[in-house]
Amino acid sequence: MASAREPLLTAHGVVKRFGHVQALSGADFTAYPGEVVALIGDNGAGKSTLVNVLSGVLSPDAGEVRLDGEPVRFSGPMDAQRHGVETVYQDLSLAPDLDAAANLYLGREILRGGLLGRIGVLDRPAMRREAVRAFAELGVELKDVTAAVTTLSGGQRQSVAVARAVAFAHKVIFMDEPTAALGVVQRARVLETVRRVADRGICVVLISHNMPEVLSVADRVEVLRLGRRVASYTAADTTIEELVGAMTGSLDGPNGGKEAEDGR
Amino acid sequence: MTAESEKAPAAVDSRAGVPDWLRRAATLNELWTFVILLALVVFFTIAAPGKFFTTYDITQIAVNAAIYLVLGVGMTFVIITAGIDLSIGSVLVLAAVAAGEYNIHHGGPASGWGTVAFSAVIALAVGTAWGALQGVVVATGKVPPLIVTLGGLGAALGIAELATGGQDPAGAASTHLQNSLGFGKVLGIPWMVILAAVVTAIFGAVLGSTRFGEHTLAIGSNPTAVRRAGIPVGRQLVKVYGLMGLLAGLGAVMWLASYGTTSIAGHSTDNLKVITAVVLGGTSLFGGRGSVLGTVIGVFIPAVLTTGLIVIGVQQYWQDVAVGVVLVVAVYIDQMRRKTRERA
Repeated sequence: MASAREPLLTAHGVVKRFGHVQALSGADFTAYPGEVVALIGDNGAGKSTLVNVLSGVLSPDAGEVRLDGEPVRFSGPMDAQRHGVETVYQDLSLAPDLDAAANLYLGREILRGGLLGRIGVLDRPAMRREAVRAFAELGVELKDVTAAVTTLSGGQRQSVAVARAVAFAHKVIFMDEPTAALGVVQRARVLETVRRVADRGICVVLISHNMPEVLSVADRVEVLRLGRRVASYTAADTTIEELVGAMTGSLDGPNGGKEAEDGR
Repeated sequence: MTAESEKAPAAVDSRAGVPDWLRRAATLNELWTFVILLALVVFFTIAAPGKFFTTYDITQIAVNAAIYLVLGVGMTFVIITAGIDLSIGSVLVLAAVAAGEYNIHHGGPASGWGTVAFSAVIALAVGTAWGALQGVVVATGKVPPLIVTLGGLGAALGIAELATGGQDPAGAASTHLQNSLGFGKVLGIPWMVILAAVVTAIFGAVLGSTRFGEHTLAIGSNPTAVRRAGIPVGRQLVKVYGLMGLLAGLGAVMWLASYGTTSIAGHSTDNLKVITAVVLGGTSLFGGRGSVLGTVIGVFIPAVLTTGLIVIGVQQYWQDVAVGVVLVVAVYIDQMRRKTRERA
């Protein structure tokens, strides 16, 4: 059913070498609007490299990336952001001493109008108002957007990082191990948030090691092994055993394994 | 305040009963240092009634603190980026020598207003250029700021000594400069104090409510995040160190105005005094946190101590001992607080 729609983000035959190491050897990737797609693979399978290529951190040695059907070549993460592609980094990439509102708008501050804005005076009330709205939209409860991020819990910090991506992404959000450092309750909260973001028509690409989590939140799962996509599954029709098998290569995916071997 | 206390039960889980606004006030570094400053003033006023806290004393303390305050404002920005600038005393001397030499060759003590203005511009330009140059090296990320500015300290002083043969040249300041900025007053307030107050107010506002200040704080907090957010970290560092240099240049003008000489050998401990004041004021040596208001208080603590000890007849050298101890305690508390916050 997914293939009936137009893909939002695709990669074809992406190659990336680091010296003698070939991190990606013709990797493919497909993501549709409004879905949560999990990208899984064993350590060294090329997940991080692929995400870095797709989010503009690295430029590929060969292959093609298409966004909305148009070939794109991001000159950096900022360029990707201008195209509506945001990343939530594993370390969250927040300034812990600044408050949640300031973090939300870091690098994209709202300035006052007129002469004051011309000399760089911030419109803090507007930033706080917008921050409250952005958090509320995600269903995140943050008692005080003026409290330094360092005073927040792990889950709340995660929410701030996610909210920042959501506030500015209109196409794709990459999330690298978003729940790795969280407790059970907070983990559920974040996954709920991920779902809600996808429901807004944004594509969420989830990089995770946690198979039960992948199956519970993702619509589709793409499996990387040795720098290639070896399988892609609909989450509802697969099992943990099948995913692990595809990751380690002990069994072939039903359709995906074939598809990737075709090299198309 | 009522709104704050309504929130308290929800926000304070473990320490219920303590109102939120009070707890937040207690975490403000400025408040603690201000309490210390206030206690000192009260103590000396009681210990030497009618002698301390006279108008004369306050004016004198403020004049003595003016240059350190100007330097401290710049240092606050630098330390907030998790940097340090050891070179400020030497940069001040170099700027003073450059301005002084120009003045000597354009009329000496009798030089006119034009020369006064131009030599001031020279001092500001030399300071800014030197600071920005150090900022460029720091921005490469290859040499830590401590070493860059330690090198800068030696080099700037060396150049100043080369230019003067190591002797303070005579006629470095115009009498116009000395009689106006140096000793002049408006409504009983010395120009030195007014200038320092204006600089402090401007850059306090810059730090607290502009994008420049926000980026400075963010860089000290998490440079990687700032870089990923598309903010040019290197360019910001060059500006911050350039600002420090500009204010060292301004300090040079103020020094020439008050003392009429370059005092080449007299600025070797400016860096330590200013860094002490900034850290006492609650700015974290680890970056990310700090305020200009705190620095104001931090500058006045040693100043009040010195004057106070003289007034009550105790050797003023105890001031150095006291400030040294308080500095170590202040950093210790900052460390502990940082740890507790990170655990939370």
